[in-house]
Amino acid sequence: MSQPEGKGSGALEVKFVPDEEVLKHIADDAGVKVRKDKTQLTVSVKRFVKKLENISDDEAQEILEEKNYVAALGICAQDPVGNGSSVSGGEVYSFQTPKCSSKMAELASALAQTPGQSVAPECPEKTAKTPQSSKRSSSNKVQQRSKKKEFVSTTPYRLRKRLAAPDPYLESESEYSASCSEEEDEEDQKEVSAVGRKTPAKTKAASMPPPRNTLAKKIKEDKMSNLVEEYFEAHSSSKVLTSDRTLQKLQKRRLNQQTLHDLLKKAPLAYAAEIKELNQQHESLFSKWMLQLHLGFNILLYGLGSKRDLLEKFRTSVLQDSVHLVVNGYFPSITVRSILNSITEEVLDHIGTFRSPLDQLEFVIKRFKEDSSLELYVLIHNLDSQMLRGERSQQILAQLSSLPSIYLIASIDHINAPLMWDQAKLSLYNWLWYETTTFSPYVEETSYENSLLVQQSGSLALSSLTHVLRSLTLNARGIFRLLAQYQLENKDNPSYPGLSFQDFYQQCREAFLVNSDLTLRAQLTEFRDHKLIRTKRGTDGVEYLLIPVDDSTLTDFLEKEDEDV
Amino acid sequence: MYLSSVARGCFVFKPSPKKRRVSQKTVNDFGERKDDSEDTELRFVTCQSLWHEIKSETEQIQEDLNKQLFDNLVSFLRRSHSEFQEKTTKWTCQMKSREIPTAALVLGVNVTDHDLTFRSLSEVLQNNVTPYIALLEAKDCPGIKNLMQKLMGQLMNCYIDVESLEDEDYVQVSQNRIRCSMTSLINWYESVTKKTDSETLSKKRTSSSRHWQSPPVVVIFKDMESFTTKVLQDFIVISSQHIRELPLVLIFGIATSPMIIHSLLPHSVSSLLCIELFQSLSCKEHLSTIIDKLLLTTQFPFKLGEKVLQVLINIFLYHDFSVQNFIKGFQLSVVEHFYSQPLSVLCCQLVDAKKRVDSLSHDQCENIRRLPSFRRYVESQASEKQIALLTADNFLKETIQKLLEDLHVYHENYVSVLRCLHVFTSSLPKYPLGKQIRELHCACLENRVWETEEYESSLQLARMLNKSDLVTLLQQCVEIFVSSSGKEFGKTVEKLKEFLTQFQTLEEAFQERDVSVSSQKELQKTTDLYHLQKTLLELKESRRSKKLTKFEMLRFEVVDYIDSLVRNYLVPADHKTLHEIVYFNSASILRAHLNAAPRIALHTALNNPYCYLKNQALKSDGGSISNKAPDICIVYKLHLECGRLINLVDWLEAFSTVVMAAEGSKADAASSDQVDDTIHARFIRAVSELELLGFIKPSKQKTDHVARLTWGGC
Repeated sequence: MSQPEGKGSGALEVKFVPDEEVLKHIADDAGVKVRKDKTQLTVSVKRFVKKLENISDDEAQEILEEKNYVAALGICAQDPVGNGSSVSGGEVYSFQTPKCSSKMAELASALAQTPGQSVAPECPEKTAKTPQSSKRSSSNKVQQRSKKKEFVSTTPYRLRKRLAAPDPYLESESEYSASCSEEEDEEDQKEVSAVGRKTPAKTKAASMPPPRNTLAKKIKEDKMSNLVEEYFEAHSSSKVLTSDRTLQKLQKRRLNQQTLHDLLKKAPLAYAAEIKELNQQHESLFSKWMLQLHLGFNILLYGLGSKRDLLEKFRTSVLQDSVHLVVNGYFPSITVRSILNSITEEVLDHIGTFRSPLDQLEFVIKRFKEDSSLELYVLIHNLDSQMLRGERSQQILAQLSSLPSIYLIASIDHINAPLMWDQAKLSLYNWLWYETTTFSPYVEETSYENSLLVQQSGSLALSSLTHVLRSLTLNARGIFRLLAQYQLENKDNPSYPGLSFQDFYQQCREAFLVNSDLTLRAQLTEFRDHKLIRTKRGTDGVEYLLIPVDDSTLTDFLEKEDEDV
Repeated sequence: MYLSSVARGCFVFKPSPKKRRVSQKTVNDFGERKDDSEDTELRFVTCQSLWHEIKSETEQIQEDLNKQLFDNLVSFLRRSHSEFQEKTTKWTCQMKSREIPTAALVLGVNVTDHDLTFRSLSEVLQNNVTPYIALLEAKDCPGIKNLMQKLMGQLMNCYIDVESLEDEDYVQVSQNRIRCSMTSLINWYESVTKKTDSETLSKKRTSSSRHWQSPPVVVIFKDMESFTTKVLQDFIVISSQHIRELPLVLIFGIATSPMIIHSLLPHSVSSLLCIELFQSLSCKEHLSTIIDKLLLTTQFPFKLGEKVLQVLINIFLYHDFSVQNFIKGFQLSVVEHFYSQPLSVLCCQLVDAKKRVDSLSHDQCENIRRLPSFRRYVESQASEKQIALLTADNFLKETIQKLLEDLHVYHENYVSVLRCLHVFTSSLPKYPLGKQIRELHCACLENRVWETEEYESSLQLARMLNKSDLVTLLQQCVEIFVSSSGKEFGKTVEKLKEFLTQFQTLEEAFQERDVSVSSQKELQKTTDLYHLQKTLLELKESRRSKKLTKFEMLRFEVVDYIDSLVRNYLVPADHKTLHEIVYFNSASILRAHLNAAPRIALHTALNNPYCYLKNQALKSDGGSISNKAPDICIVYKLHLECGRLINLVDWLEAFSTVVMAAEGSKADAASSDQVDDTIHARFIRAVSELELLGFIKPSKQKTDHVARLTWGGC
């Protein structure tokens, strides 16, 4: 239509254009040079601040470029430790790509085979191999199909029927693998679990198409939407590609807290010298911290490694002569209330209670405002702990810390800890962030935790079981024994609902333990109050009784009982 | 380790009273690192006084900026209850009086700054309109009951304040927690106003003369958006019932847009409000004023370097739009500068600085000799002078005084010329050098601005300005130079004025332009294609060959003159000798403390422990770690290989494979399923540490599995 070639051919179309415009067109020619410059400029003006200014006027420039952003903020990023603060967010935590179970072992062996050397995990190759990334929606189907192929020859009819309806199968599979003992299915079970472990490897070979490479070439927006889809894909199916091995099969006795502690004490701390050096670096900052605390800032420590010892050192070296409060945030039953209580009761020597933490806070604020000679240093280990991370607690702590004569120094560890604070809280806290990576183990912080691998709950439950039962009558102990034995007999049945009340009553009667169902009920109430048993109603309305303790503990308990008797 | 307990989480330590620290401690903290004791104290005092000056200045600025808004609000409040004052009983008034007068105060998204605004607002109102002000925040008012409680508490307390705590019984009342209802509030209001009435009659107190007989009760909702709609609705409906007995005025603090009122409140409720909109000044303007008054002035000796300023502005623009945070960053840079730079003792007003130079110790002189900018200066001097500078302290001090004066003069000139240049560049299309003066300032600080492409193109654009624009710009420049404190600008002003008169006399050259106009007219007459082309070509020829008009000559002259000013005065600060004394340049420190990235720190520590632990065994190339890395790093690296769920057994085995290989001992002997107890324990520790850090959590989906909480990251 119009003249794409430019100004020179403009004359050809002159009949469509009024003369004045042509004139303008040409008269403008003098300005062409400048205009060229201008266009160049719009390209070259990548300078950051400028771009921002234009945002309000210029919609097109609204897209922020992450790289520019990081570059602009990271100017002269000469960190003392020289870490890469210019790492962009995308590099740190991108979306998850589903991975197969054997990957970890592969990496481990790779790491192991080259002692002293390092092995670079080849990312693109790996992701290309993963079965699920082959196609967005059809990946599950692919897997199903390949599985079916395998099954055709060996699986009995029953299983095949299950396979036809994939979803229930998928759900049930994990259930099976957890127990692996249903008598009738035993053979099939082995098949399933074996195949379950095999298939990823097979599909790896079969469904090779690596969409990754093409994906990489696509434009940014497309990639973004793909990432989103990948995320939902990874989380949509309940299918989990992991092996079914359990710790019990490992024939490894679980360590209890004490032995764990002893073992770790014996193990030498790696890189002690370097860690010490790191700590010394941080300790040189103590006086600076004090200064900044006094100037109205609060100090926040972050970074890998326990910062407890560092803060403790700070406390003993600098705060000896001033009133201070140490809060172990990782303590499992810490509350804001207890923090406020220790301020009002021990620091302010106030006797009396408050109706709500807010009232208490108001009182504290009032006292500190009235008496300018009052000063309090508050050290909080793990401000982001389970108990303190709530919105209300943080609000109260923030308000406390905003008082000019309360000096707060705290540490955080959780990767998402900064999400606790909105702008309002941040401005109350008035943080100065300090990176104090110490690499020291979180000994205290994790000691309260109910770790998965530590046999903590078990030992506690066992001792409480024996304690409670020792205070009961012989008959009551007998009743409990009956229930425990019955439960152990059925331990291989995954769908064991518990012992129904009627059956239990019958058994107790036969053992001459009770004479009426009322006495049994009274006894059961006693158990329930001590949380020794749990009742639940089955589908048919019958009451079922269960001991909510894992089987090994129960076995231990029975053995112990036998010894006692 | 006695601080760990299974019963308590809080421990209070109180030293014996006589051992408590006295308040001079802050000074000690300041200088513990260095041993030049006499200067640290001085430095600290200088720092404090400078900061206090800056602080009061910023407060003043904020006050001035808010003045207009507050005046409007006050007049609105006065107007709102004039009917109530006059106690008119007209029908129209009665109809109207069901409506609660409401001021919707649009404050912008920078929530952190609002607090200060509200504080000064309530102060202003307290002084001018009414003693009865209640400030409510959403977090205190989850229900209507709490709201009323808070409201009455604040109102009755303020009553006590006004009466200067003279009657005890009212204190009792507020403590006894009378039933919180509108009726009790009205009763309270009646009794209060009656009392003040009688008091004004008898005592004629000054405080009552400022307020009127029945001052309105102002309720301020600080963050209207976060209130529960139910609470707001109830409160409005209830209080509208009582508006005739209680002259209530509401002020809504709004962060987003005034539309939020209508989306929060249904029509039936919002119709009970008589809303007037007030717009506070935008935070960007606020920032510009702050920068103008704090940085682009010679009032304060302390200066921000380019990168520091850039970081602060970026935090402002990208993160919070909060002027308070900007000022906080400024404060931090002041503190950092005085803390880390021993020579900052000279960072004060010129007169004091000269005195202080005289009393500099030898160490400090050595410090000065070590400054890179001073070294450059020395190298540029003649050899005998070099020796004198490097050996004789007295001669050095004299030179320093001279140099400091130079620096001061440079700043004076810099500001004026910068403003002048900004006048020019801000009128150009597309703003090649930025719209705001702060961008120009950054550009000038960064490097020689006249060497940049942007400057080149803006000069070219300036050479195309029309006459009237140019004249107004020149006039503005003249004003800037006249009002500036620099002494060297007498000539400049003269020169600029000369330009102005030349432009005036240019009127005579009008005929010349007439000729060109006529030629254009001629052109418009031709409709024939061939002729048109010909005349156009001729026109072009003539343009190219024609001598520049007088106006154009003059325009070039003006632009060249401005250019020469820029080249003379806008030299980047780090080319100046002794700039280290007044400029704070460590942007990385500022960034690390204000805009930290804890996740990146964790990521680096886990992925590349060598960054922190300088041990050769840990050294590795990008993307991988050595198998001798700390346990948690290995466990972390292994867990990255898994999907959503992680099998603990596999994980443990993988871990023990790696660890045993790293230790290299009985790798083969223990290659069976059995895992060494110590390794097991180390694994447990590492896993629970990862759990603490939030990378995994226990899962019930499958036995002995944990769920991963982060995505990707290889």
